[in-house]
Amino acid sequence: MADNLPSEFDVIVIGTGLPESIIAAACSRSGQRVLHVDSRSYYGGNWASFSFSGILSWLKEHQENRDIVNEDPAWHEQILENEEAIALSRKDKTIQHVEVFCYASRDLHEEVEEAGALQKNHASVISENPTEAVHSAYLPSEDESLCTASCEMLTEQTPSSDLETALEINNVKVTGETKKHDDKTCMKSASEEETSKNVPTTEGTALQPKKTRITYSQIIKEGRRFNIDLVSKLLYSRGLLIDLLIKSNVSRYAEFKNITRILAFREGRVEQVPCSRADVFNSKQLTMVEKRMLMKFLTFCMEYEKHPEEYKAYEEITFSEYLKTQKLTPNLQYFVLHSIAMTSETASNTIDGLKATKNFLHCLGRYGNTPFLFPLYGQGELPQCFCSDSLPRNSSPSTKICFHQSSHFAWHFFQLTEHEFSPWMCAVFGGIYCLRHSVQCLVVDKESRKCKAIIDQFGQRIISKHFLVEDSYFSENTCSHVQYRQISRSVLITDRSILKTDSDQQISILTVPGEEPGTFAVRVIELCSSTMTCMKGTYLVHLTCTSSKTAREDLEPVVQKLFTPYPETETENEEVEKPRLLWALYFNMRDSSDVSRNSYNDLPSNVYVCSGPDSGLGNDNAVKQAETLFQLICPNEDFCPPPPNPEDIITDGDSLQSEASEASVILEANSETPKGSASLGNPEEASQ
Amino acid sequence: MRQAGELDESVLELTSQILGANPDFATLWNCRREVLQRLEAQKSPEELAALVKTELGFLESCLRVNPKSYGTWHHRCWLLGRLPEPNWARELELCARFLEVDERNFHCWDYRRFVAAQAAVPPAEELAFTDSLITRNFSNYSSWHYRSCLLPQLHPQPDSGPQGRLPEDVLLKELELVQNAFFTDPNDQSAWFYHRWLLGRADPQDALRCLHVSRDEACLTVSFSRPVLVGPRTETLLLMVDESPLAVEWRTPDGRNWPGHVWLCDLPATSLNDQLPHHTFRVIWTAGNAQKECVLLKGHQEGWCRDSATDEQLFRCELSVEKSTVLQSELESCKELQELEPENKWCLLTIILLMRALDPLLYEKETLQYFQTLKAVDPMRAAYLDDLRSKFLLENSLLKMEYAEVRVLHLGHKDLTVLCHLEQLLLVTHLDLSHNRLRALPPALAALRCLEVLQANDNAIESLDGVTNLPRLQELSLCNNRLQQPMVLQPLASCPRLVLLNLQGNPLCQAVGTSEYLAELLPLVNSILV
Repeated sequence: MADNLPSEFDVIVIGTGLPESIIAAACSRSGQRVLHVDSRSYYGGNWASFSFSGILSWLKEHQENRDIVNEDPAWHEQILENEEAIALSRKDKTIQHVEVFCYASRDLHEEVEEAGALQKNHASVISENPTEAVHSAYLPSEDESLCTASCEMLTEQTPSSDLETALEINNVKVTGETKKHDDKTCMKSASEEETSKNVPTTEGTALQPKKTRITYSQIIKEGRRFNIDLVSKLLYSRGLLIDLLIKSNVSRYAEFKNITRILAFREGRVEQVPCSRADVFNSKQLTMVEKRMLMKFLTFCMEYEKHPEEYKAYEEITFSEYLKTQKLTPNLQYFVLHSIAMTSETASNTIDGLKATKNFLHCLGRYGNTPFLFPLYGQGELPQCFCSDSLPRNSSPSTKICFHQSSHFAWHFFQLTEHEFSPWMCAVFGGIYCLRHSVQCLVVDKESRKCKAIIDQFGQRIISKHFLVEDSYFSENTCSHVQYRQISRSVLITDRSILKTDSDQQISILTVPGEEPGTFAVRVIELCSSTMTCMKGTYLVHLTCTSSKTAREDLEPVVQKLFTPYPETETENEEVEKPRLLWALYFNMRDSSDVSRNSYNDLPSNVYVCSGPDSGLGNDNAVKQAETLFQLICPNEDFCPPPPNPEDIITDGDSLQSEASEASVILEANSETPKGSASLGNPEEASQ
Repeated sequence: MRQAGELDESVLELTSQILGANPDFATLWNCRREVLQRLEAQKSPEELAALVKTELGFLESCLRVNPKSYGTWHHRCWLLGRLPEPNWARELELCARFLEVDERNFHCWDYRRFVAAQAAVPPAEELAFTDSLITRNFSNYSSWHYRSCLLPQLHPQPDSGPQGRLPEDVLLKELELVQNAFFTDPNDQSAWFYHRWLLGRADPQDALRCLHVSRDEACLTVSFSRPVLVGPRTETLLLMVDESPLAVEWRTPDGRNWPGHVWLCDLPATSLNDQLPHHTFRVIWTAGNAQKECVLLKGHQEGWCRDSATDEQLFRCELSVEKSTVLQSELESCKELQELEPENKWCLLTIILLMRALDPLLYEKETLQYFQTLKAVDPMRAAYLDDLRSKFLLENSLLKMEYAEVRVLHLGHKDLTVLCHLEQLLLVTHLDLSHNRLRALPPALAALRCLEVLQANDNAIESLDGVTNLPRLQELSLCNNRLQQPMVLQPLASCPRLVLLNLQGNPLCQAVGTSEYLAELLPLVNSILV
C-alpha cells in the first residue's frame, strides 16, 4: 500500500482523534486532498473505544510502546541542506499510572458445562458460536487483526495464572488479593472438572444458587460486547457536536440513546435528580412545595437574562451562595448546583451557574427527558463517523455489508485503506486513511520557516500545504515548555446499577462533589448493556475528574463509596446494597486541551496542533477547535456543509444503483432500532 | 354511481384514491360503507376476510395522513363492529401507537374507549395505561378524563350511596397525584379540572323540594331539585288530593313551556272547600321516584311542606361531601401553593371552592378577599367571577335565612350581579335587592309566589321579565335604575295586587307620556311615583 500513496496532498492530518477527524472530514468536503494517518493500529487515538480484549491489548500495546527505540536515523539522510526536521515521537506518553484490578471470580464455578468445554476444546466453542463466527468473518486477515489475535490468545489460556502474566505488564499492577483468589480458583476448578465428568449437568446446575454470578471467564468470552471508551463524554443534545452531526449529515452513521437519569450522591445515598417537568411531577422524594420551588427556579433560569433584577445584585458571589438567597431548600440547592449546573461550591459565579443551568435546560427535551445523548457502541464511534464521512460512498458491496453488520468502523476502513483505495475516490472525496502508518518527521524549509513535507515510516517524502498534528505526536523537544494537566480516569465493570429501578436499562450520570478543597468533582457515567458497551447483566461505569494525584488516588474513594469489591464468600441470601465490582481499571490521561500554541517550541506557521480529549462532559471543545483550525486552513469555506445528494454525483450507472438500494436499507434498519434510541434525523419533530 | 347502485370494488378503488389524499370526506366513507355492506352478502368468507384486511390497512394509512380525522376513526369503529371476530388486541396496540405520537389525540382516545369497552379490557389495565401517559406528560385532559370514568368502575360504591364517588383511600391517592401536577405546573388547567372532579360530588338525588298550596289563588306550586319539563311526553306528575287522583294542567310561573325548577297548577274549588278539617295534597314524581305531601288546614290561607334545607343538600354542587379532613388538608396545600404563586388563578379559585365546601359562612369574609385578588389577577374573567361571587353570597344569605326561619330576605349592598337559586325562595314574602349591580330581574323570579314586597332600588335594572304573574305582589320599588322605555313595565300588568310602584330616578321618568301610559297599563295601581 505504502508505495501507492501519492506524494502530494493539500492537508496532512496526523492523529485520528475527534478534532482531527472532524477537520479531515471538513477539508475533504471542501475539496482538499487529505491524507489522514495514525501510527496506532486503531482509530481515535485517546478518543477510541475497545472491546474487552481490545482494552487488554491496548494496555499491552501501551507497555510495548514504552520500549520502542525512538531514534531511527535513516530519515536524517533525506533532509536537505536548506531544510531542517522536527522529529515526531513514536512513544505515547499520554497515558500513565495504569492499574488493573480483577474482582470477578476466575473459576468456572457457575457454568460447568460450557466452561469445561472451553477448557478442553475451545476451538470448537468459537466456531459453534455464531456471533463469534461473524466476528471473525469480517476481520480482514490474521496479521492485521490485532484484536482477534489477542482475543484468541486470551481465550486459549485457562483463565487463571496465564492471564495474569498477560496482565502483569510493566506499570500494570494486579492486586495480591486477586492472586490469592486465583490459588483457590485453581483448586476449585480442578474438583469442578471431576464432578462435571461424573454428575449429569442438569443436576449440577440445579444445585447452584439461582443467581448466577458473572465470572471473569464470562467477561472474556463476551469480551466483544464491551466497547470501553478511553474518554467518557456525553453529547449535549443542543451542543455543537450534535449541531455539526446534523448539519453535515454525519448523524446517519451513528445512533444515540438518551441518558435516562441524572443522579446525585447525597448523605451516602444515590438518588435521582428530577430535572424535567415529567421528572418533577413523578418524583417521590420532593415535597409538593419543593416541586414548585424547583420548577419556579428552573423556569426562571430558562430565561434569566430577561429578569436581571433577580440576579444583578448577586453577580459578584458564587453560584452556590446565590442559590442560598433563592427560595430553595438545601436539597434543591444541591441538585441545582451539582447535578444541573454541574459546578461546585467555589468554581463558578452566579452568571456562570445560571448560564450552565440554562444550557442544561435548553438541551432538555430535545430528544428526551435529559439533556444528554450517548452514542451506541461508545464515544469512540464519533471520530470514526467523521472519518467514514469523507470516504467514498460507492465502495464495493462487500464492504458495505461489513459496514452494516459491524459497528466497528475501524475494521472496515482498515480494509479499505489496505486493499481498496483507488486514486479515483480521492479525486472525488479527497480522503485517504492509513492506520499503523507513522510519520517520522516534519520537514521544514529553513528559509520560509514553513513546513513542506513529512517523511513517513517507509522513508517516503509526502508534500503538503498544511499539517495538523495531534499533541501526543510531538517529541519532548517540541513540548519541553508545555505544562500539561492530567485527567484521572477509571473504568469499572459492575454487576448492577448504582440505583436500582424497575428497568435495568438505565443510563445515568452522577456528579460526586470533591470532598476537600482543591479536589475536583468526579463525574460518574453508568452505561447499561443496551448502549452496546457491555455484556448483558453488567454495567460499564466511567469515572472522570481533573487529576490532583494519580487516577487511583483521585477516584478510589468514590469507587469505594459507590461499590463494593466482589465478595468472595457471600451467602446468596444476603442482600448487598451496593453494586459489586467485577473489574476495575485506573489510568491518567494527559489533558492537552488548554495548551496555547505558543508553548510549543519552533512550530512553523502551517503546522497546527490538535489537542487530545479534555476533561469536560461535552464535546464542544473539540468542535470549536476543529472549526477554528479549519478556518485557518480553508478561510471563507463553509464548515462541514451538508454533503451533495448522492444522486447528484455522476458515477457509472451500476454503482449508483447499488448506492440507492443501500440507502433504503439503512433507513429501514434505522426505523427498526430499539425503542428509546434517538435518531437525529428530524430533531425539531422530536422536540415537539 | 351511488344512485345507479353501482356499488362494487371499483368504487372502493376510486374512493380510496381520494380518501388516501384527504381522509376527511364523509360522503366517500358513506359510499365505502354501502359497498362493503353489499359485498358482505356477495362474497365468500375468505374473500371477505381479505377485503376487511385491506380495508383495515387502508384505514391505517389514512390515519397516518391525518391522525385526527373524524371520518376515518368512525369508519374503523363501524368496520370493527361488523366483524365476526375482531382482533381487539391489535386495535389497542394501534391506539397505543398513535397515542405515543400524540398523547392528546382525543379521537384516538375515543376510539380506545370504544375498543376497551368492546374487548372488555379490565378497567385496572386501562387505568395503568393512563398512568403511563400521565407520567410522560400530565398536561393531558383525555388521560385525566379517562381516569374519572375508570375509577368509579374500579371502585363501585354501595347502591345506597351517591354514585360516581370514590372510597377515601383511592381519593387520597388521586389527590396526591393531581397535587403533584399542579405543584409542578400550576398553570396547567387539566390537573385543576381533574382536581375539581375529585372533590366534586355526584348529582343530588331527585327530590321534590317544596310543595305550596294557596287557597286564595287556588293554586298548587311544586319546586324540584333540578329543572324539569312537565308534560304528557316528558315528566309525569301525579296529583292526589285527599288520596284520590286529580287531573290538572301543569305550567311554569312565567308561562314559558321549558324546563324549570318550579311548576304549578290551578286547583278546582272542590279541592279547597272548607267542609273538611283539612285537605291533603300529594304530588308524585314518577320519573324521579319521589313524592311529597302537604296539608291545607281549615281556615288557613295556605299550607306548605318544605325540606329543611341544609347547605350541603342545597348548594355544594362544586365541591363535596367528602370528609372535611380531606378538604381541610387540600385547602392547606392550596394555600401553601398560593403563597408561592400568589397570582395563580387556578389556585385561588380552588381555595375559594374548598372554603365553600368546608364552611361557607365561616369563610365568607376570606372568600370575598380571595375573590378580590382573583379578579385582579384575572381581569379577563371579572364578569364570570362577579357572577360566581353573587351566587355564593346568595347561598350564604339563604342559609342564614333558613337558620332564622323567616320569610324575609335582605340582599342589599352585596354587589350582586346576578340572581340565582330563586326557586329556593318560593315562600319568601319580603325581598330586598337594593344597592346591587343587577341588570335584570330574571324570569325565574316568577317563582316567588308568596312575594308581597320587592325592593330593588339602586341597581342597573333594564328589564323586569321576572316580575310577572306574582299573585301577591303589592309593593314594588325600583328607584334609580336604568329602565328606559315604559314598555319594559309591561310584565307588571300580570300582578293583580300591585298597588304601590316607585320608579323615581329612572330614565323613563323623563320620557314624554310615561304617566299616561302607566295609568293605562296599570289601572289598579293606586300610587305610581315617577
